[in-house]
Amino acid sequence: MKNSVVRFGNITVVGLKAISRNKMRSFLTMLGIVIGVGCVIVVVAIGNGASKSIQDTINSLGSNFIMIFPGATSQSGAKIFTGNSTLTPEDSDAIKAECPAVAYVTPNMRTAAQVVAGELNWGTSIYGVNPDWPFIRSWNCSDGAFFSDSDVKSATKVCVLGATVAENLFPQGGAVGQTVRIKNVPFKVVGVLDRKGGNTMGQDQDDQVLAPYTTVMKRLAGQSKVSMIMASAASPDQVQDAQDQIEALLRQRHRIPAGGDSDFMMRSQEEIAAAQNAQMGILRTLLISIAGISLLIGGIGIMNIMLVSVTERTREIGIRMAIGAKGRHVLLQFLFEAVTLSIVGGLIGILLGAGGSALVARVLKWPIVVSPSSIIIAFGVAGAVGVFFGFYPARKAAQLDPIDALRYE
Amino acid sequence: MSQYVIEIQELTKVYSLGEVEVRALDGINLSVDVGEFLAVMGPSGSGKSTLMNIIGCLDRPTAGTYKLDGVDVSELARDQRAVIRNAKIGFVFQSFNLLARTSAVENVELPLLYGELGLSRHERRKVALEALHRVGLAGREGNHPSQLSGGQQQRVAIARALVTNPAILLADEPTGNLDSRTSEEIMGIFQKLNDDGKTVVLITHEPDIAQHAKRVVTVRDGRIQGDERVNQIRATMQGVAPPVAAEART
Repeated sequence: MKNSVVRFGNITVVGLKAISRNKMRSFLTMLGIVIGVGCVIVVVAIGNGASKSIQDTINSLGSNFIMIFPGATSQSGAKIFTGNSTLTPEDSDAIKAECPAVAYVTPNMRTAAQVVAGELNWGTSIYGVNPDWPFIRSWNCSDGAFFSDSDVKSATKVCVLGATVAENLFPQGGAVGQTVRIKNVPFKVVGVLDRKGGNTMGQDQDDQVLAPYTTVMKRLAGQSKVSMIMASAASPDQVQDAQDQIEALLRQRHRIPAGGDSDFMMRSQEEIAAAQNAQMGILRTLLISIAGISLLIGGIGIMNIMLVSVTERTREIGIRMAIGAKGRHVLLQFLFEAVTLSIVGGLIGILLGAGGSALVARVLKWPIVVSPSSIIIAFGVAGAVGVFFGFYPARKAAQLDPIDALRYE
Repeated sequence: MSQYVIEIQELTKVYSLGEVEVRALDGINLSVDVGEFLAVMGPSGSGKSTLMNIIGCLDRPTAGTYKLDGVDVSELARDQRAVIRNAKIGFVFQSFNLLARTSAVENVELPLLYGELGLSRHERRKVALEALHRVGLAGREGNHPSQLSGGQQQRVAIARALVTNPAILLADEPTGNLDSRTSEEIMGIFQKLNDDGKTVVLITHEPDIAQHAKRVVTVRDGRIQGDERVNQIRATMQGVAPPVAAEART
């Protein structure tokens, strides 16, 4: 078998020489593959990064996290939101009192406001919640402490700052104990939250202020409807029970007849994750299709050039056959050329893709995960494209009649 | 084993062009001894190219047998003929047919790449350089065809034909693209190789080139019309000899 190895080596040498003789054309031929593979790498890196950060965010919510939104999903699946919230703080209290599978629950009412401390001010979101919030979100204070139930009962003017807000209003530190003004109402800072960083959508989760919902209702928002109720089940395997209990309770409280559509909807952490992943999946499928089309076009480019090359080198093929090249030798030579073009293109594409991913990570600050499997797959696909699109021209070359080929001008 | 290097019996080649059948070769009988220098003459359309293609194992006869070096090659399949061409036949063409942008020595090595000899890279280079020496091209190994004169290119082609030590050298109008002085040089090389025992088959339509062979076979209308031993004209060897130094040889 040594002989055949030697001869295969010879054929690869022949193929490499042909490529290096036509550097510009070889490069242009590769370009389609380079772009295709580069796209695959970048797209998969972005997709993986996004999935990972979705996963991280959702995991940080705790696996027994449940959200209840006002509005409804009708049986047809359309979302109906009348603008007027159907959930009240009393719903939240009732869930806490009557649903045994629910451990913590808080209403959540959002309002946007400018927060002022001395000469500094910062526009942010104010969330009215109760002291269950840190347990639901598994999010503690790095400094100070969260406000208490009595603060909620008496609607005390206290607040807890997100890390970003604290940093901007109190660059020197020492926020706890200071007073900030929100809509001209003075609030005492009782705590600063741990830093969590950006979430999936690129929002800074640390850019928020928490206050007792009663205070927010009375002093800031002036309305008693909540934008969302957050709850957490007593344990991860009680999430379904908790959802069932909440559903039954709220339908009863809202006097919804059997068979009617609920005026709220509920999402567990897993459902949110699934929905987000499905969205990412659609996006990724789209981008991968584009990359796939690019690879296809790259492959057609290779086939085109190989066909041109075969025609152009008909005489050379005739010479090679006259001096003893078998059909197989010619086939392998051209196939090897095609595969080399696509594989070298693939390698360049991988480098560009990795570089592009790093650039995206740096410039856009997106989370990027370049996975080895995407590199291996892209490389394999590039090789397969070479074999697939190189085979027809190579076979055409191998089937030439040496007499005609020698006569070809 | 036959004593003949080429033994052709009742060779017929028929091309069918739609309805019409063209008999390019019509019952050729030809035997060539080892060490002969044979010229095949004939006007265009006489069938000599077809005969060359069959002798060169590029094509198969419709009927009849052709034994090359004792082996019946008339029924061989494509790839088997490729092996025969590689091992037993050294082609020299009118238009040299060297690979462009490939150095002389690499052109000469080419048949070894496809051969069954399994030579190492080093051995191939050595054999190729020897062949270039034999045709007087030492020192030009690295030149590409475009950097060589027509005569030098044809010498590279002859070296390529020699490199596998084939049973016959098959030259198809080898001087057709060369001036008369260079033609002489090339014929001189063939004569020298023939002197060393190589069997040479030369296809030509030029009588004065054919006269450099020892035996001239004339083909017309697909049949052999004449077959005679001739007084070989010795070619003037490059740069050495006076313009005409014909030395009769019978």
